[in-house]
Amino acid sequence: MTLPAGLARILPMLATLALLVAAISLVSPGFLDISVANGRLYGSPIDVLNRGAPVALLAIGMTLVIATGGIDLSVGAVMAICGAVAAKMVTLGYPLPLTLLAALATGAACGLWNGLLVSVLRIQPIIATLILMVAGRGIAQLVTEGAILTFSDPGFAFLGSGAILSVPFPVLLWTAAAVGTILVLRRTALGFLIEAVGVNARAAYRAGVNTRATIIAVYVVSGLCAALAGLVVTADIRGADANNAGLWLELDAILAVVIGGNSLLGGRFSIVASLIGAMITQTVNTGILLAGFPPEYNLLIKAWIVLVILLVQSPRLRPLLARRRASRQGTPT
Amino acid sequence: MKNLTAAALFATTALAALPAGAETVGFAQIGSESGWRAAETTVTRQEAEKRGHDLKFADAQQKQENQIKAVKTFIAQGVDAILLAPVVATGWDQVLEEAKEAEIPVVLLDRQVDSSEDLYLTAVGSDLEHEGRVAGEWLVQQVGDRTCNVVELQGTTGSSPAIKRKAGFEAGIAGHDNITITRSQTADFTRTKGKEVMESFLKAEGGDEICALYAHNDDMAVGAIQAIKEAGKKPGTDILVVSIDAVPDIFQAMAAGEANATVELTPNMAGPAFDALEAYWKNGTVPPKFIQTESKLYTQADDPQAIYESKKNLGY
Repeated sequence: MTLPAGLARILPMLATLALLVAAISLVSPGFLDISVANGRLYGSPIDVLNRGAPVALLAIGMTLVIATGGIDLSVGAVMAICGAVAAKMVTLGYPLPLTLLAALATGAACGLWNGLLVSVLRIQPIIATLILMVAGRGIAQLVTEGAILTFSDPGFAFLGSGAILSVPFPVLLWTAAAVGTILVLRRTALGFLIEAVGVNARAAYRAGVNTRATIIAVYVVSGLCAALAGLVVTADIRGADANNAGLWLELDAILAVVIGGNSLLGGRFSIVASLIGAMITQTVNTGILLAGFPPEYNLLIKAWIVLVILLVQSPRLRPLLARRRASRQGTPT
Repeated sequence: MKNLTAAALFATTALAALPAGAETVGFAQIGSESGWRAAETTVTRQEAEKRGHDLKFADAQQKQENQIKAVKTFIAQGVDAILLAPVVATGWDQVLEEAKEAEIPVVLLDRQVDSSEDLYLTAVGSDLEHEGRVAGEWLVQQVGDRTCNVVELQGTTGSSPAIKRKAGFEAGIAGHDNITITRSQTADFTRTKGKEVMESFLKAEGGDEICALYAHNDDMAVGAIQAIKEAGKKPGTDILVVSIDAVPDIFQAMAAGEANATVELTPNMAGPAFDALEAYWKNGTVPPKFIQTESKLYTQADDPQAIYESKKNLGY
């Protein structure tokens, strides 16, 4: 019996996640406990889903950008800008829907800027987005005037710490964003066009794909995802921290995409796999916090786990492991 | 007081004859990388104005070369004193020599330099370890003989405030075996991390087992307070919260009964600096090489709302 292609694609990631959860449960026995407290689900698995929301949201956009052969280093800074814009507007007394729209528009504008640099001016994506990565925090600091801009609007705070039917809102947000994006991409030819651009942009262009529009579109989507992530982290602490919001999260998002088995060279992509990758990195983070090691070890442990995961997935090692498994099972006649 | 060369010729006797509070002071600030730094700038301006000194301000935007340039400009302008908040500890020998040759006293604010002590008049700063000890001693007083499991949110791993505030707190609770630190983890001095790490503490230890939270800065405490609330516990009552810095937002939390105490890292480094300078100008009194600022403890009994109002416009 063969597995459906989609499931076969994400099976290694699911297995990794399961192994990781099992290992953490050994160290901290209560890891999988879930209860309801204060009208919302409460437990470490919920923390993973909830704390993983910013990286999961970023990973959706990042997957698409990477599928075109690009990369978006600016998402962490865009989070800070959008969070700052939203906090500023809400403290100035603008209504919440307008505030959220403005934050999303800011994210889209940032994405448009990146997309134009990459597709029209042909600047290499890593450099093009590095510009906004550096400048973005400065822009965010200008908006917040250097301080942590706090607010008490309960509607906005709900985005970060509210819950619907006991499920934390950020979890619903990133799953909805993922389902929406996947449906749009796979029910239409858009996903296929993105892959075509990633595999060979010139061939795609000759075949009639509007490569320029496709590239701009993926950066705009990435900017929108960053805006959502920025709203979540800002709402979570009820304050816009221009210095720290989304700091280094662009790297976590890229890591999630890579752990999800997507090639940095572009081409075929799987958003679901990236999301599992995001959950794997967050499980590692949460697991380290629960284990109670001295903080000096945090980064080392994380790096080792990531190394092992990537080694298991490496194209050189995987056939070796598979052959072993096959020989152990015996060859069918 | 424009012509310093003349004043320098008359030396201290001539300076002493001048009316107090007519001095020009140059302030070479690092930049405005944090709210505290902005507040320090505001307070320094206020202090200078209050005492009638003319303050020349230079923002180095986190770059040492800008700061050295600023100090050189102050020397060329012939100011009566220079306040310097050094961006790094090394590389100051030459410019401090120049100031010394021009007989301009230099007072270091907040941070230290690796240069020889005779190159500056004095350094004003806070004792980070003492701050931790004040927090620890407050907790000891607060819990008495009760058993108390403390969770600790550390600053950025390896940073000197994190190391010293941790050591100070441990010294403060030393000898009280009923108080133990059960969990200690870094939260990088940020609110987001403070909240995330506190969530994991609450799960790993169980909310009922934690009696107090000690955070190396107020921002992490503010994040942790939200985590405690979301776990259905009352911060400030079920779990005592003590932190360091005394930024405005923690006073709001204290006014709401959600935080218990904070130890102030005062932004008023200029006050003691001007005190020392004024004594020096008046009769040449040489201050000690390090003037420690007060690490004042604030609790809910200190009218936190009023302190919040007084602090919120300092630029934090």
